[in-house]
Amino acid sequence: MPRNSSLIALLAAALAGPAVLTGCATAPGDAEVTAKAAEVLKASFREQGQARLDRLVQDDTQKTCSESAGKAPPKDAAERIEKANLASIKWPADGNYLGDWKNGEKIAQEGRGMQYSDDPKGPAGANCYACHQLTPQELSYGTIGPSLYQFGKSRGYTDDVRRYAYGKLYNAEAYSACTNMPRFGHKGILTEQQIKDVVALLMDPQSPVNK
Amino acid sequence: MRCIRQRLLRGAALALALAAPVVLGQGSTVDEIAKYRAALQDGNPAELWEARGEDLWKQKRGPKSVSLERCDLGLGAGVVKGAYAQLPKYFPDADRVMDLETRIVWCMVTLQGYAEADATKGPFGSPDRKSDMEAYVAYVTSQARGTRMNVALDHPKEREAYRLGEKMFYFRGGTHDFACATCHGEDGKRIRLQDLPNLTKTDGAQKAYTTWPAYRVSQGELRSFQWRLNDCFRQQRFPELVFTSEASIALTMFLARNANGAAFDAPAIKR
Repeated sequence: MPRNSSLIALLAAALAGPAVLTGCATAPGDAEVTAKAAEVLKASFREQGQARLDRLVQDDTQKTCSESAGKAPPKDAAERIEKANLASIKWPADGNYLGDWKNGEKIAQEGRGMQYSDDPKGPAGANCYACHQLTPQELSYGTIGPSLYQFGKSRGYTDDVRRYAYGKLYNAEAYSACTNMPRFGHKGILTEQQIKDVVALLMDPQSPVNK
Repeated sequence: MRCIRQRLLRGAALALALAAPVVLGQGSTVDEIAKYRAALQDGNPAELWEARGEDLWKQKRGPKSVSLERCDLGLGAGVVKGAYAQLPKYFPDADRVMDLETRIVWCMVTLQGYAEADATKGPFGSPDRKSDMEAYVAYVTSQARGTRMNVALDHPKEREAYRLGEKMFYFRGGTHDFACATCHGEDGKRIRLQDLPNLTKTDGAQKAYTTWPAYRVSQGELRSFQWRLNDCFRQQRFPELVFTSEASIALTMFLARNANGAAFDAPAIKR
């Protein structure tokens, strides 16, 4: 009996040895699994309403941020992402960043837009309250993003802060690589005017956000 | 049946009584919602789906006019009790990993003689069109209540499905750059007032996975895990996840395995 079990152990070691040495033969590498996952995803969805299959084609930002799997991306990758996304921002031709805060509040409340169940004619909302606290009157707010209550009041009503708010809404990846926040201008979710209206919600001294 | 109806009425009365204070401050709103959910547990209409599912399971159906009673859900032909707690798993007869719905489709095709297209048609019900699949799912999952989650990664294809599911969980795409991880990767977060489970942690995955399927009060329907994934991707602004697709099985494998060790506790009831 002891002889048998040691023989089995020997056999097991002999079989396991080469498998450990050539790890790839038994377990596919990480890059291989990543590529296969993208391929399987493409075969597992069908076009529905306005959501076409090209939504599964990743740009460099999406691909790099997926690979960092919830952790901060490597420094060089973060710099590359922020630089490319900053360059993509289309600043308002008239140099004015401030729209109507009342419209901004409606856009911040609106959750519809871009889902296959939504009217493709839009307009889409920004659904800011899903993730952020804004006006003190709205108690139903999410916590994925930071509170934006008193955004303008605490930072100062300067042109630099208005420009930053516009840029952040247009393309958040320009300021914080792999952020959870969507790129509302870059991805064509909001129009220039809608972004200005949300900037006003954050930056107009009359907005309830700053009361 | 009368017992169920009485419990439902009691649940509805409590829900009405508790709906009023929801306008109070933040903390108390969350507390009131928790009480409302607790009150709903008292009478779960999911029992109606479970009963209908059991009835359909035992009926002779399909071109071959046989029941699903000989369906092998992984514990041997005819064993329903506890089977859901170790799904998804690798099935040698199909040579692939299957979740519950995929396996039911397999049994409908191989035992009852349905065409696959017919077996996968209309998997999610609406008030005017009930789904037999959701009834089957309610019945089978109810037979695993109290069983500890025990999803294996023994077969290479089970390990592959898990690793693919993990990659998919972090896959960002669509107009909003969302991944599953965007909403389900951190502790203590919520969307509006809805608490979000952190599915990357054992306790979060356990709490979430063991409470699906669920009767959704807001929809008046029992919803399966396939539906849960399908509707998450809709809100992620992705195209439509195909019912029983390979990605849906891989993601289910990732989430079910992460819930190992917890007692299964569904069909549940949710808002």
